[in-house]
This record gives sequence, C-alpha cells and structure tokens, in this order.
Amino acid sequence: MTLKDKSLINRIAAAARTGRISRRDFIHTSIAAGLTATTATGLWTTKAAAQPKSGGTFRWGLHDGNTTDTHDPGSYVTRQMIYLAHTHRSYLTMINGDGSLGPDIADSWSASADASEWTFEINQNASFHSGKKVTADDVIASLNHHRGDDTTSAAKALLADVVEITKDGDYTVKIALTGGNADLPWLMTDYHFAICPANDDGSINWQSADGTGPYKIDGGDFGVQWQLSRHDGWHGEGAWFDKVEVIVLNDPNARQTALVTGDVDAVSLIELKTMALMQRDPNINIINIPSAGAITMPMHCNKAPFDNADVRNAMKLAMNRDEIIEKIAFGAATKGNDFHHSPAQPYWPEGIEQREYDPDQAKSLLKKAGAEGLTVNLSTADSVYAGAVDMAVLYAEQAKAAGITVNVVREPNDGYYSDVWLVKPFSLVSWGARPTPDVMYTLAYKSDAAWNESYWVNDRFNEVLIQAKGELNDELRAEMYREMAMLARDDGGTIIPFFNNFVFANRANVGTPEQLAASWECDGARAASRWWFTG
Amino acid sequence: MGDITRLILKRLGLGLVTILVVSVLIFFAVELLPGDIAQAVLGQGATEETVAAMREQLGLDRPAFVRYFDWLGGAATGDFGVSLVSGERVSEAISGRFAHTLFLASYAAVIAVPISILLGVFTALYRNTIFDRVANVLTLSTISSPEFFLGYILILFLAVRVTMFPAIASLSSDMTFLELLHRTFLPMLTLVLVVTAHMMRMTRAAIINLLASPYIEMARLKGTPPWKVIVKHALPNAWAPIINVVALNLAYLITGVVLVEVVFVYPGIGQLLVDAVAKRDFPIVQACCLIFAATFILLNLAADVGSILTNPRLRHPK
Repeated sequence: MTLKDKSLINRIAAAARTGRISRRDFIHTSIAAGLTATTATGLWTTKAAAQPKSGGTFRWGLHDGNTTDTHDPGSYVTRQMIYLAHTHRSYLTMINGDGSLGPDIADSWSASADASEWTFEINQNASFHSGKKVTADDVIASLNHHRGDDTTSAAKALLADVVEITKDGDYTVKIALTGGNADLPWLMTDYHFAICPANDDGSINWQSADGTGPYKIDGGDFGVQWQLSRHDGWHGEGAWFDKVEVIVLNDPNARQTALVTGDVDAVSLIELKTMALMQRDPNINIINIPSAGAITMPMHCNKAPFDNADVRNAMKLAMNRDEIIEKIAFGAATKGNDFHHSPAQPYWPEGIEQREYDPDQAKSLLKKAGAEGLTVNLSTADSVYAGAVDMAVLYAEQAKAAGITVNVVREPNDGYYSDVWLVKPFSLVSWGARPTPDVMYTLAYKSDAAWNESYWVNDRFNEVLIQAKGELNDELRAEMYREMAMLARDDGGTIIPFFNNFVFANRANVGTPEQLAASWECDGARAASRWWFTG
Repeated sequence: MGDITRLILKRLGLGLVTILVVSVLIFFAVELLPGDIAQAVLGQGATEETVAAMREQLGLDRPAFVRYFDWLGGAATGDFGVSLVSGERVSEAISGRFAHTLFLASYAAVIAVPISILLGVFTALYRNTIFDRVANVLTLSTISSPEFFLGYILILFLAVRVTMFPAIASLSSDMTFLELLHRTFLPMLTLVLVVTAHMMRMTRAAIINLLASPYIEMARLKGTPPWKVIVKHALPNAWAPIINVVALNLAYLITGVVLVEVVFVYPGIGQLLVDAVAKRDFPIVQACCLIFAATFILLNLAADVGSILTNPRLRHPK
C-alpha cells in the first residue's frame, strides 16, 4: 500500500468510526482503494470498529471557559463548567450515543399512570470520590439546590412544577409533580442537575468539587486547566483514559494550532471558516453532527407590526435559509422550519413541508395585512453566534425582495441577554440544545414562560403542550408534537433559520464509538469517559 | 541623598492619592457598564426572582457609594475582599496569576533590555550604514505589527512548520525551570520583538544627539577610538532618557500583555481582568487595576530616581 492509499484508508476508517460511513461503504471504498475484500473486512474490525483500550492522558481543549467560573451547579453556564461536570460529576440519567436515554446514578425509574409521580432507584454501587456512597439524601439535596425562594440557580424554571422530593429508603427517590411530565427522566440530564454530596442541613457541598463521575479532580484553575484522574469506584462503563487534562483554549487560533501540533488530543469547537482547511490534515478527524441547538429570531407578537400573523409569516418567507446556511454556517447546519424541534431530538415530526424563500408570497401577505413597505429593526450582536451580524445583514438583503426594510442594529456584546433579548421586539438569539421538545417548548414557547421570547400566546398550543407532557404513549405524543410544530410554524412568532451543527475534532489516534451523542459537542460532553486512544 | 529620600516619599504619597482616584474611577466605570453581576453570571438563565435572590446574597441591593466605602475600608486594612462570583479571596485569585505575569515580564525584560541597549549603541556607532538600516527596519516592522499577528507568525514558523516550541504556553506545577523557559519561549519572543524597537531607537537617538556636543568633539580630537567615545563619553549622559523609556516598556510588559496571553493561552493577570470585567466582578477588577496603576507609579519613580543617580547635576541641585 502506498502512503497515499494508507492515508485514504485512515480517513475512511476515521469516517467509519464517527459513523459518517457504514460498514458496507467502508468495505466498498477500501476495495476501490486497492485492498482485497478480506483485508478490508479485517481493517473494519481492527481500525474502524476498534475495541476501546485503556491508558493515556487525554488532553482536551475547550472553547468556552472563564476564570470567573465556579463548581456551583446552579451557575453552570460555560462549556468548561459543563464538560467538567460531565467528567467529575454524574446525573440521574444520561443521553446515550444513539440519542436514547440511559441510566447514570439512577438504575431504573418508573412513573405513576398519569406521569405525575416518578420513582428513581439509585445505583447502589455509585460512590463519591471521597468514598462515600451516593444516597437518596444526596440526590434530594442536589435537586433542591435549584428549588425554593432563595435559590440563585439558572435551572429554577425547569423544576417549577416539582411539588415535593422525598426518599423511600436510602436508595429510592420520589418526585411529585403538579401535573404529568413524561419527560422528567430526560429533564434529569440537564447539565445543572449534577449530583453533589449533601450537607446535614439539606444543602449541598459543591465547593469541595467532590463528585460521583468517572474522573476525580486532582487540581486546576478555572479559565486555565484541570487535571483529573480515573475514579476507580465509578459505577459506569468506560473511562478508558488514565488521566484527563481539560485545557481552556478560548482563542480559536490557539485551539486549532494546539490540535495541529498535537498539544491537545481533541478540541470542542472548530471554526467553520477553517473547517475545510483542517479537513486536509490526515492527523485530524473533524466530526460534524446535527444538534438541537438553534439560532432563533423572535418577533414580539404583542407589539405592532408583529401582532399580525400574516406579517410574521411574511418575515419567515422573506428568508433564504439555503443561502444563510451556505454563507454563514458554511454548510454545517440543519435547515430550520420555524418550529423549535430539531431532528436530533426525540419525536421529531417527519414530512412537514419545508418553508422556502418566497418573496412574492411574503409581499402578498403583507398586502393582506396592510403593511406593505414594512420597516423593522433587527437587533443582534457578534457574541450571539459567529457571523450573527453578517447573517442579519444577509437577511436584510433577502427581505428587500419582499419589500421589507430590515435595519440591522448592532448591540453591545456585553449584557445582550439582559438588555436586548426579551426587550427589543426583533432580535437574534442562540439556544443551546435541550434534550426533548417538551423542555424547549415549555421554556420558550409556553404562553406564561419567563423566557417566552416572542410573547406568543396560542391557546391550542398551550393546551396540547400540557397534554403531551403527561402522555406516556409515544405514538400519541409524537402526534401531539406534530400539531404543535404546525402551530408554531404557521402562527408562532419565531423565525428559525437553522439548527447549528456541532463541529469538533480529535487527533486520528483517538478512538470514538460509532454513534456520538448530540446533546453537546464531544459526544454529549462525555468524551473523557467514552473515548479512548487507539495507539 | 536626603533630597532623594524626600523625593521618594513625596512621590509615594502622590502615588497613593493617584491610586485612590483610580479606584474611584474604576468603581464607577464598572457601575456604568450595562447589567450587573447577577445578570452577567446568570446570563440567558436570569429571571427576575433569581437575579433578585443573587443581588441580595451579594449585597448588591445597597447603594453604590455604601458598597464603595465598604470595599475601601477593607482595602485600607489590606483586605481586598472576596471575588463576588467565586467567593475566593481576591489575594488568592490574583497572586498565582500575577506571579505568572511577572515571570513572563522578567523573562522578556532580561532578554529585551540588554539587546535593545546594545543594538542602540551599535546603531549609533555605525549610524547610516547597512547594519543601522537593517536593524531599524526590522525592529520598526516588529513594533508596527500588532502583537497577536507577530504571535501567529511565530507560531506558524516555530511551532507548526518547525516544531521547535509548543504553540500553547499552558503551565503545570511539575515543570522544571528549563521546561518552563521552553514552554514560554514564544510569548517571551513576541514581547521582546514588541518592546525592542522603542528602547533601541531611544538609545540611538540619545547618543547621536550628544555626538554633536563640544566635549565629544574634544574626545575625538584627542584620538579616542569611536566605540570608547560612545561608551565612555556619550552613554553616561544619555542614561536619563534611556532609563525612562526602559521603565515605560517594563510597565508595558506587565500591563499590556493581554493579547499575548490570549494568543498563547498563558494564564496571566490580563485574562483574569478581562473575565472579571465581563462578569462585573468588581473586587477583582479593582485589585487588578490597582496593581497596574501601582506598577506604573513605582516604575516611573524608579526611572526618576535612576536618572538622578546617573546625573551628578541632578544629584547636586542648586
């Protein structure tokens, strides 16, 4: 085999490992590259579907971390905190590589018939790094950290309908809700709900950074780096690396150079502008997977001119999403259809007609609404998304064809989410991935939600949302989410240009499972416990 | 010498007043920024209730001047308070980072200062030759390029093309001193390139200025070799401006390195300050800025004392 063939095989193997090509395609391509069928099959087992092996120090470069970060789960917000939490702490449940829900600290869970009371059984092998067993008290204290009047947790809203959390023995936790919520086990994967040791007074000791995760913290500083080593008493499977180093690399150039020079083994974000260049390096695997994170453009439905559904639909029709995805997201995005439910989430309704760019129809809708020659201000800032301002300008150009004048207002990056979001009538917002459509709709589309960013009130939508929440039958639920998607798409106040893909990368000697979780970059932020070194 | 002591005491007193004024300015500048710490920490996750709860816990519901004097009272007794975000003591949060900044600054200074002064002397000696022109063009080009650009160029050639030095300067506690020097070589080189031109040009200009003086002509006429004219006769009188420009550049090495820190992911104090401003973490911002202000005040004082000591006329004023 020549060197060129070899690098081709390596690339195909890498593609196969990350699930980008199937076993069949792998063998076909390998044979085309000059291998015999037997060798190709052998390669599939040794290279592509390689078995994990233990050892090594995994150096992991993250793109989002500040020196002001903390270990308090209530204030988790940067990737540094979240990824560290998935490495040194655990959650009740976790999202598996294939997108299904699996056990973490909780072995199993069950619901009452109306889904308003849930019982979680705790894995009796689970222990903290200090050696203490995880008990119901720890779980209850960890969840109560986000509840009550004086909590400062950003996740307070997610647990708003929890009435009471009680224990039934040392290893059983019962959660009672005001109404049914079939998604509660999914909700428990939210990055805030990390399990921490309980204090005697029912609060948690987050300051000690003790956790129940696959790696324990040996040392480090926020905004710089962390050293972790394997927790031998971990209750899960995996954790192949002996040690993990989490290195904060906020500067895109520093991060990508470190990956190229081998100073780190994986990075959590590749800049889309340079993605194509990085792909040429045979030592680097770029992983590009659709996520449930989205860029949204909420229009306040309680203010003119957006109080008219025809105007809102005209605004949606005036957007050329294909051009935006090509020029702003460099192709690394999934086209949006104006309902906040990504194909990477469960219950995604297939077959809903895609809304395309149609300035003529937009014009006629505006005529019907008596709003021809509409002028609106669109607020945005660079910090929202790389290229957010460019995207707004591009949209303004596209909307001209529909006779709409969009003035792009560039707001300061600082304080964008306190002074612009929910305040300015038309803005550009970036949303992280949420595990289920229910969580997303409840957070930002329910009429009385604190973050109902478009101030949209649709009685039928709210009614179906409550019904779907308590429905344990998957087929019926899927139907309900289809109806909600249609309502949001045709009446809602939010334009969704696209769901952004996660684009991250590792060195070629890092092995990954065939399917990677799409809840966060780097295999649902669990690269440290799910990946391994191949050589 | 009594004059010098009086000068130092007077300047230190003025320095304290300056620092007080700086602290008031910083406090109100942070107050003027949109949003407060509760909103900055909670970000998109801020609701009215959680913001109110956090403000109450941090005491942000009190009027601004009460909080300022509270802080000032503590600072006067050497207690700079705790970080509002992490609850860590400010002194602990800053000391490690400041030590890194000082290390990098000293590393760069130890190399840059002798090189620039030597280059200055040589370019003055061989002025208007090819050597002079090349040295000037090179140093002026490096000072005219933004630091991050220089950093990227160095990374491209010395870390990516030829893997001689690491591209990121992440430190760990178990490094030997040599490893440390190797790890921080590229950021050091960037800083050296940025500050050399200024010091070199000042040395050259100061010496050339003096070369027209009658006493230099006298030295030449009695047959002193050119290098001796410069080193023995011109340089002693040129120290004052050189010391001033060196002090200015040393201060810059401490306070102006945030771009270099970002490019090389070096955990210094600049990045800490930027993060603290973004989160409105006033005690940290205040402490960082006061350190910077004190650096300028002390180095300027040192420069003035240095100029006086090297100049007999200033040492014995009328």
